Amino acid sequence: MSEVSAELARQFGLNDEEYARVLAILGRTPSLTELGIFSVMWSEHCSYKSSRIWLKQLPTKAPWVIHGPGENAGVVDIGEGLAAIFKMESHNHPSFIEPYQGAATGVGGILRDVFTMGARPVANLNALRFGSPDNPVTRRVVDGVVRGIGGYGNCVGVPTVGGEINFHPAYDGNPLVNAMTVGIARADRIFLSAAAGVGNPVVYVGSKTGRDGIHGATMASAEFGQDAEAKRPTVQVGDPFTEKLLIEACLELMATDAIVAIQDMGAAGLTSSSVEMAGKGGVGIALDLDAVPQRETGMSAYEMMLSESQERMLIVLRPGREAMARAIFEKWELDFAVIGHLTETGRITVRHRGAVEADIPLAPLADQAPLYHRPIDVAPPPPPLEPVVDPIGLGPALLRLIACPDLCSRAWVWDQYDATVGGQTVKRPGAADAAVVRIDGHKRALALTTDCTPRYCAADPRAGGAQAVAEAWRNLTAVGATPLAITDNMNFGNPEKPAIMGQFAAAIEGMAAACRALDFPVVSGNVSLYNETEGRPILPTPAIGGLGVLEDAADAVGLALAPGLDLVLIGHTAGWLGQSLWLREITGREAGPPPPVDLAAERRAGDFVRARILAGDIRACHDVSDGGLLVAVAEMALAGNTGARLATDPTIPPHAFWFGEDQGRYIAAIPDGDTLLAAAAAAGVPALRLGRSGGTGLTLPDGLAISLDELRAAHERFFPAWMDGREAEPGSGG
Amino acid sequence: MRVGIVVFPGINRERDMAIALERAAGHAPRMIWHRETDLAGLDLVVIPGGFSFGDYLRCGAMAAQSPVMTAVRAHATRGGYVLGVCNGFQILTEAGMLPGALLRNAGLRFLSRDCHLRVERADTVFTRHYQQGEVFRAPMAHGDGNYFADEATLDRLEGEGLVAFRYATPAGELTPEANPNGSARAIAGLYSPNLRVLGLMPHPENLVDPLLGGEDGKPLFASLAEAFAA
Repeated sequence: MSEVSAELARQFGLNDEEYARVLAILGRTPSLTELGIFSVMWSEHCSYKSSRIWLKQLPTKAPWVIHGPGENAGVVDIGEGLAAIFKMESHNHPSFIEPYQGAATGVGGILRDVFTMGARPVANLNALRFGSPDNPVTRRVVDGVVRGIGGYGNCVGVPTVGGEINFHPAYDGNPLVNAMTVGIARADRIFLSAAAGVGNPVVYVGSKTGRDGIHGATMASAEFGQDAEAKRPTVQVGDPFTEKLLIEACLELMATDAIVAIQDMGAAGLTSSSVEMAGKGGVGIALDLDAVPQRETGMSAYEMMLSESQERMLIVLRPGREAMARAIFEKWELDFAVIGHLTETGRITVRHRGAVEADIPLAPLADQAPLYHRPIDVAPPPPPLEPVVDPIGLGPALLRLIACPDLCSRAWVWDQYDATVGGQTVKRPGAADAAVVRIDGHKRALALTTDCTPRYCAADPRAGGAQAVAEAWRNLTAVGATPLAITDNMNFGNPEKPAIMGQFAAAIEGMAAACRALDFPVVSGNVSLYNETEGRPILPTPAIGGLGVLEDAADAVGLALAPGLDLVLIGHTAGWLGQSLWLREITGREAGPPPPVDLAAERRAGDFVRARILAGDIRACHDVSDGGLLVAVAEMALAGNTGARLATDPTIPPHAFWFGEDQGRYIAAIPDGDTLLAAAAAAGVPALRLGRSGGTGLTLPDGLAISLDELRAAHERFFPAWMDGREAEPGSGG
Repeated sequence: MRVGIVVFPGINRERDMAIALERAAGHAPRMIWHRETDLAGLDLVVIPGGFSFGDYLRCGAMAAQSPVMTAVRAHATRGGYVLGVCNGFQILTEAGMLPGALLRNAGLRFLSRDCHLRVERADTVFTRHYQQGEVFRAPMAHGDGNYFADEATLDRLEGEGLVAFRYATPAGELTPEANPNGSARAIAGLYSPNLRVLGLMPHPENLVDPLLGGEDGKPLFASLAEAFAA
């Protein structure tokens, strides 16, 4: 066994000041197991030591919020006595080292965060960012991540209904895999993690413990060097079959009165679950590791406490319920073991083979955890973009944009995810701006989306943070849903660099402003820092998972165009080309400030659109985002296999009008556009007729016609060709 | 209609199937845990989709050895009706109740999307609400749906009229593009010689509600509900 010292502590990720604090708390040198416990609990991943002071700025309350941040997932009231439980979480570092298992266990972990609170998982989404398609590594990572998400989600039987994918060279060594799960529970049957009842049994259920994933949380709290591959043993291996059994067994037990508290063993495994459950409950906990179900022989206390073996849960039972609970887990052929009990000591004590391997007071472990107010340096936004001339015209630009990796069809990806299992998917991937999933046995439905535009965040993190929240709100609105709350997944570089911490602080500020203006609080989230390889950080990526509700799933609209409808643009168009995809793909520049979000106008336009959808006027609706207006019209046309004739005469240059990325806009398709224009005028919302649907192609305002077949061929080319290695697509994302 | 749905560990479309059957019959089917062996009184036994035992061995191979399958086989021998969908189809082939095997999809990837099925015969208990040659849409969601059998078996299946459904274009043509997993002779579903055991890969149970995209799968359940109306 290694000698515990400041040097070993540094290897475990504790700096000298932090190690000194460990010595002060214990009044002695820690054992190896104790050092392991401190190091993972005080890792960035578990302690949020760099981010906590900033996260406090986010609004987390609303009358419909049942549980905000601090539990395993956020809980909101969705009416009819039901609650939606949801969270998004990153598995970035493991997904670079081993894409399939990294992504698969990311899905497994977020599922457990949700069903541990009593919810049956009903939908998965994922927000993915990959390196340049020109980088040979990217294809392997995309393939592994997509297979991993599908392999886990399909088997466990939870539909994968939505998400997003971006490419950018900044993610070459650090892909982002952010997985979101949404579940449904009875609002009066929510399970929490705070342990209670001295003497109550502590029960371990699920898979056996092995040596996999030891120190995963610490790995996820450091930058990668060239030795990233060597860290593969810290990646866990997923078993979705066991997860499926664990879901069913836990939900069966949750239907009884046996559970006092329950938490999954996620990052830092048995350590974080036992420490957090006892700590939150203000009790002590005594664990006997000899009773832990083990997959391998000769495991040490250190290894068992730090293992991140998957598909495991820790439960505090009411006294006398052990036999009944055991019978349920044995029916599902899962391990069940009483491994300890709650104490009045306020300490965690860990025994193994007759020896006390750890004995730590819980309060200081939590209260004296490091908290850093790291220096920040907020870069000023770029200067305004000078006027840009259009080098190629509208039609050629549309065909290039609709084919580029950031805008092309994602069907190759979605087709590998089971989107229909569960029998409640009203809007599948690609059918609407948000996925719509009905609640079994109810008319009510959830609308779900993930959003972030990292290039905006890189240029101006404050504006980008606000835009990410606003776009999630807008996507929910565009299907007719009332947005309720978000989960945030903050992916950034090394927080010890003031410029990175400045991005983080500014993004939070922008997000908070948007959350407040839109009544759209944050109820759960996750922070992933140190997303850097060899000193190069990712684009700041505050991924937002949004949840809304529709009282009647039949009210939901999609984006597919039908013939004979007027196309009406809602919202103001200034022709903002800064950081637009047109600028990047057509002129090769990433320049200028991103489009600002006018939050008051955003709210006005969105509330107007939602009301018209629920009134039944609007047949199809699509928000205007990446690529601008013409790309949005093309997406509606392709989804509905219906063309359109566009006949607007803008007062600004046509390329700025059609490809600018001004925020807060929607395209509504409606039989009678005049009534919508009149209603918009009455509501003080800018609106403009764009044209009318019909035919088999798009007729552009300059007279050029593009057939849907040509458009579709361009739109669907990239992914299959790239993944089959048939063509190295030029002009990758950025 | 007295229907039982067999649930193996890892099965995940049992709810979907129960919803479709209940919509058609007006009452909920009985759920049968894989350790049960009493199927007495059932008209129809359904083996739904999912990943029985994780499908870590060949798909369906473990479930085919489960105690309940002895009872399912006896039920079929007695002339009882059996429907196996997706993993259920795989289990029926692994149990020897239908010939052939389901291999990895030709593209070697899981495929989840709508496909079109041509009804090869509309005179069975499962299909009497479809028209002969009618094409209907059904979601597919599988990694191993590539039907394989030797040529002699395929010829016999066709000769005896035991092909239930084929992958086709919406117009009913058989083309390589319309056969998403590369199945031999575009076979998507098969009958036993007495036409009482049906296995198919796609999921008609996921398309029985206009709100969820259509009712293309409804005739199959309406056929069963009518046949077993007593």
